[in-house]
Amino acid sequence: MSEGHSTYTPKTGIERWFDARMPLPRLIYDSFVAYPVPRNLNYMWTFGGILSIMLVSQILTGIVLAMHYTSDTTLAFDSVEKIMRDVNSGWLLRYLHSNGASFFFVAVYIHIFRGLFYGSYKAPRELLWILGCIIYLLMMATGFMGYVLPWGQMSFWGATVITGFFSAIPLVGNWIQQLLLGGFAVDDPTLNRFFALHYLLPFMIAGVVVLHIWALHVVGQSNPTGIEVKSKTDTVAFTPYATIKDAFGMIVFLFIFAYFAFYLPNYLGHPDNYTVANPLKTPAHIVPVWYFLPFYAILRAITFNVGPINSKLGGVLCMFGAIAMLFLVAWLDTSKVRSAVYRPWYKLFFWLFVADAILLGWLGSQPAEGSYVFMAQMATLFYFAFFLVIMPVLGLIETPRRLPNSITEAVLEKNKGGSGHPAVAAAAPQTKG
Amino acid sequence: MSATDIHDPNRRDFLYVATGMAAVVGAGAVAWPFIDQMRPDASTLALASVEVDVSSLQPGSSLIVKWRGKPVVVRNRTEKEMKDGEAVNLADLKDPIARNANLPSDAPATDANRTTPGKEAWMVMVQVCTHLGCIPLGQEGDFGGWFCPCHGSQYDTAGRIRKGPAPENMAIPVFKFISDTKILIG
Repeated sequence: MSEGHSTYTPKTGIERWFDARMPLPRLIYDSFVAYPVPRNLNYMWTFGGILSIMLVSQILTGIVLAMHYTSDTTLAFDSVEKIMRDVNSGWLLRYLHSNGASFFFVAVYIHIFRGLFYGSYKAPRELLWILGCIIYLLMMATGFMGYVLPWGQMSFWGATVITGFFSAIPLVGNWIQQLLLGGFAVDDPTLNRFFALHYLLPFMIAGVVVLHIWALHVVGQSNPTGIEVKSKTDTVAFTPYATIKDAFGMIVFLFIFAYFAFYLPNYLGHPDNYTVANPLKTPAHIVPVWYFLPFYAILRAITFNVGPINSKLGGVLCMFGAIAMLFLVAWLDTSKVRSAVYRPWYKLFFWLFVADAILLGWLGSQPAEGSYVFMAQMATLFYFAFFLVIMPVLGLIETPRRLPNSITEAVLEKNKGGSGHPAVAAAAPQTKG
Repeated sequence: MSATDIHDPNRRDFLYVATGMAAVVGAGAVAWPFIDQMRPDASTLALASVEVDVSSLQPGSSLIVKWRGKPVVVRNRTEKEMKDGEAVNLADLKDPIARNANLPSDAPATDANRTTPGKEAWMVMVQVCTHLGCIPLGQEGDFGGWFCPCHGSQYDTAGRIRKGPAPENMAIPVFKFISDTKILIG
């Protein structure tokens, strides 16, 4: 979109000096000031910016926490308590970091559902979407390893159960599990390597975020109508329009985040994690952190053997398969229309899918017994049916509603002739930009 | 492009392939230590066997030792527990395999095969539920053996799975009596 025709003109001597040697100011200007964004973006499009500041926040609080933390099984739990009680402002930094992880996932789930609703993954944005999926995978690995570091009961037993998945792999499973643990059970070597990787992965996330934004700036942002930008009147400049909207979204989001960090700092955690890890005693009920619950429910839903695949391996395959579905949506969705706004049936199934994901999350927090198991099996069935049956079939049989000719037309239609665009109040006939 | 490329393409091709192969082997040789360092280290492996003094264990009592980071229970079973274990019909078992590391991998899960010859009163067993790795509670549940509080798996007095989601009997580690009162596990 903005590629190839930069509108940056260096004004001062310093800017000209830089522009001739390393045009960084030009890159920033073209990417974050003059960059044209669709004029109809709603608040769902502010979560990319929100995720960026959550990543920065997590890295900053994480680095300072690492200066006070000790990754030794005999000292780790106490060092976290030392951060809470002795380190100046340590309680605040730790609560910001632990709740920050949760809110990072809140934002990423809204961001992913936004993409699924508005068909943001469709050509030419497949690679952009897949890079996002990779970021999500890295986030899950980082979140899991971070939860082990306080060395509480849930840390230990969560790590035991999750690394136990790998033992389900035929033949090499036990070898891989020992390779991950560095021993025969979760212990000192495991804690040390998890700490090292927990420190590394956020920077890998930052690297993939750069690729994600690069890909975004090549293909341009999608928008609620799903119609590509056709003329200059379809867009507004990133600054001030998107900048201010993003900033307002961030402030509201950070308000809610701060409310949790200050008033409900342990609401999203588990009280058992304030008991030091004990390899000889299991908590009565092992639950992962909330953002893994839907996948945990899918894992436990497979209680039956399928041919040569036993229930344990089947559960692990379904759990990873549930994430793999996200990578494939660009090819599973056969509809030519991007946005669910113009797809009545897809819209209905999308909201059913959201409800299904929330139901799975709730089931993941319940004990795996009685009617919960059957409900989890049905919810898992719908989860996979949504991707593998509903998405491909709906695109072929659904009659979409009439699409507007352009983003401008959609905006003006919505505003019934009112001034929808600050720059073209008297909506001139479309001129090619 | 020099004349040799035309006159002697095979030699050039050979050099390309040989260089490429050397690079692949070199990359593998560099990568291996990075993977190898993740495996259990010498100090972890050194703890791979423990000696347990069981002289104080009266019938009906047990002790737990940590072996390879996992709890291993040593139980001196009562007469009733042994009788209960022996009375079980093999056809009633969910997992018919002994899961005893001291026996062939297809040995049937009889009470005798879950213990060691001449010391049938003694259960030495990794007390880890075969479902999702929780630690079951001893001498509880419908079968008087072990009961896992996590997901309700029930084991009998020989540690065999009888009811619940666990797929296998609890594992018997490699062990032997080195004297009447000492057991070597691992």
